Amino acid sequence: MDAALTPGPSAAGGTGENCAPAKIVVRNLVKVFGNRPAVALQMLEQGLHKDEIFRCTGQIVGVQDASFEIRSGEIFVIMGLSGSGKSTLIRLLNRLLEPTSGEVLVDGQNVASMDRRQLIDLRRRDMSMVFQSFALMPHRTVLDNAAFGLEVAGIDKAQREKRALQVLEQVGLTAFARKHPSELSGGMQQRVGLARALAVDPSLMLMDEAFSALDPLKRHEMQHVLLDLQRDHKRTIVFVSHDLDEAFRIGDRIAIMEGGSVVQVGDPHEIARNPATDYVRAFFRGVDLTRHLTVGDIARTDQVPIFPVPSNIPDEFGAAIEHLRSIKRHYGFLVDPAHRLIGVVSIDSLLRCLGQSRPDLAGALLDHVPALAGASPFREVLGQVARNPHPFPVIDGKGIYMGAVTQTILLEHLCDEETRNA
Amino acid sequence: MHDALPLGQWVSQFLNFVLAHDNGTLENLGKVIGAFAEAIEAVLVALPDWAVAGAISAIGLWRVGWKFGLFCAASFFVIIATGFWPATMSTLALITASAVISLVLGIPLGIWMARSDRVAALVRPVLDFMQTMPAFVYLIPAAMLFGLGKVPGVLATVIFAMPPAVRLTNLGIRQVNKEQVEAGIAFGCTPRQLLLKVQIPGAMPSIMAGVNQTIMMALSMVIIASMVGAGGLGNDVLASIQRLDIGLGFESGLSVVLLAIILDRITESFGASSAQPQASWRERARNLMARRQPSGP
Repeated sequence: MDAALTPGPSAAGGTGENCAPAKIVVRNLVKVFGNRPAVALQMLEQGLHKDEIFRCTGQIVGVQDASFEIRSGEIFVIMGLSGSGKSTLIRLLNRLLEPTSGEVLVDGQNVASMDRRQLIDLRRRDMSMVFQSFALMPHRTVLDNAAFGLEVAGIDKAQREKRALQVLEQVGLTAFARKHPSELSGGMQQRVGLARALAVDPSLMLMDEAFSALDPLKRHEMQHVLLDLQRDHKRTIVFVSHDLDEAFRIGDRIAIMEGGSVVQVGDPHEIARNPATDYVRAFFRGVDLTRHLTVGDIARTDQVPIFPVPSNIPDEFGAAIEHLRSIKRHYGFLVDPAHRLIGVVSIDSLLRCLGQSRPDLAGALLDHVPALAGASPFREVLGQVARNPHPFPVIDGKGIYMGAVTQTILLEHLCDEETRNA
Repeated sequence: MHDALPLGQWVSQFLNFVLAHDNGTLENLGKVIGAFAEAIEAVLVALPDWAVAGAISAIGLWRVGWKFGLFCAASFFVIIATGFWPATMSTLALITASAVISLVLGIPLGIWMARSDRVAALVRPVLDFMQTMPAFVYLIPAAMLFGLGKVPGVLATVIFAMPPAVRLTNLGIRQVNKEQVEAGIAFGCTPRQLLLKVQIPGAMPSIMAGVNQTIMMALSMVIIASMVGAGGLGNDVLASIQRLDIGLGFESGLSVVLLAIILDRITESFGASSAQPQASWRERARNLMARRQPSGP
């Protein structure tokens, strides 16, 4: 097993979730379709390729030695082309399919070895699923569909309908509670699917190509609905998709599957920048990464020097000018001890300040250079950065300095993007 | 026919063996079936003709539409006016008894087939046999085992009419959308809950088509069953053939046709409504009331 299979520490994105505990741990998971899985398993251990195994025995290897962890509260996207085993993999997590070998630990409990009673209990209590074709029951009203999980679990009618109405309100469908699914549009039907999954208040939701059957506009809308729900109440979501834009928009981390194997796990931008295999590289080709980049993603700290707020202005500003000249830079940023950005200075502004009769801090700051918010999309600041010679400081939501964006950094990124797609 | 392989002899020897070693089981079974069929007939005959005709026409009006309701009423008028009402009710009783038995046996068997490939593989050739063997042939063992009358008629009809109910139930359950079944399992259904809450409701259109087919096949068979003395319209059809009486043949045949159309359309309407979920009558009534009331806050 190579290093790409295990999520490295660098894989954690800027989501602030890096230290969350593992919700699901998948270890050496294998699924063989066919009547002689043991033979196929043995051949896999001997290192034979799945195509060879199929040729010799007729056994189909659906998932091959998958190992990864899903952290509590993250949206984990499983990506791959059709036939790569992603739908099989998600069905192994709640045992809609029986694993051939390996472990699936949910909150430390091995799903693969549970008996029927425990399994039903887990499905009723703590995990639910959303399907590509919505899979609503056509003979039930929207309300009864939303209440399905609760009904199965034996919750009495008044209580489950109250809860179902609550979740229907969350997805904006209260007015349609008494309708049948066939009277609803595709997007609305999937809202019902989502409501049904939310009604049991699970800590884990499995979503199998949940928005793939919707047109792009509706898909976008549903992604927002999901992200809004996630903002209010963090659940662990495993999301199967073949749409990279979707993975970038909603995924905290993604896993790329190829031919039944998980070939890379990590932060989407990280994977795009450092693809583990040619397959992954090919997968990301043609995807315009700048669409998903934020200013924070490209900001760098090695381009512009930072100086502390001076206590002795003439001495320290003098030293700053010397430093800037020695490293052949013209601009610098001032930060306070908590690393909050105070302002932007240049050699000229520092000299001007020192030339004043009573040099003060305000006199040194350039007031025409705004700070950029780290969360804003890269695209939005493109023109602003390109048209100005000076670097822009980048700050996060709390005003903490994150780095600088300069024309050079901009050019490098666009250039990388060109070569990657070539 | 040929002595090289005396299959026919073996079958008749087997039947004789059953007859010889039967200690009242067959007789009791026959009594139960006979009592069931006769009870239904007794009710239908005891009720005044206008009441039965009116009730069925009303069902036609409610399920299909006012035109069909009118058609039902006109049909019953023709049947009563030509004097075939008692025979028609007798036939309807035979159909009802046979269909009920067929469905009570057939639908569970279909469910079992859908849940087990082994059972399906075992039952399918038997169903093929039941359906393709010329219908008259069933009358012989039925009459041998149960004598003449309603009982062998009902039994032969059950054998002939059951296969569509079994087949279409099996097919319907197997064809329920795969993701719907997965959803049922994923939300924690036990196998029983899955069957009752997902699979059977999902298979309902197909099951109802099976019910419709079973009733129609039962109708065709109970006419033939008059040959073993099951009675009803079949008797008149049989008599018209024996006497080459085209008038009697047409009149009794017309009663069969009208009964067939009425039964077909009404049972079909139940299948259609389960295919396309409509508001239940309760909801429809509620909607109607709500519309009449002045709009409140």
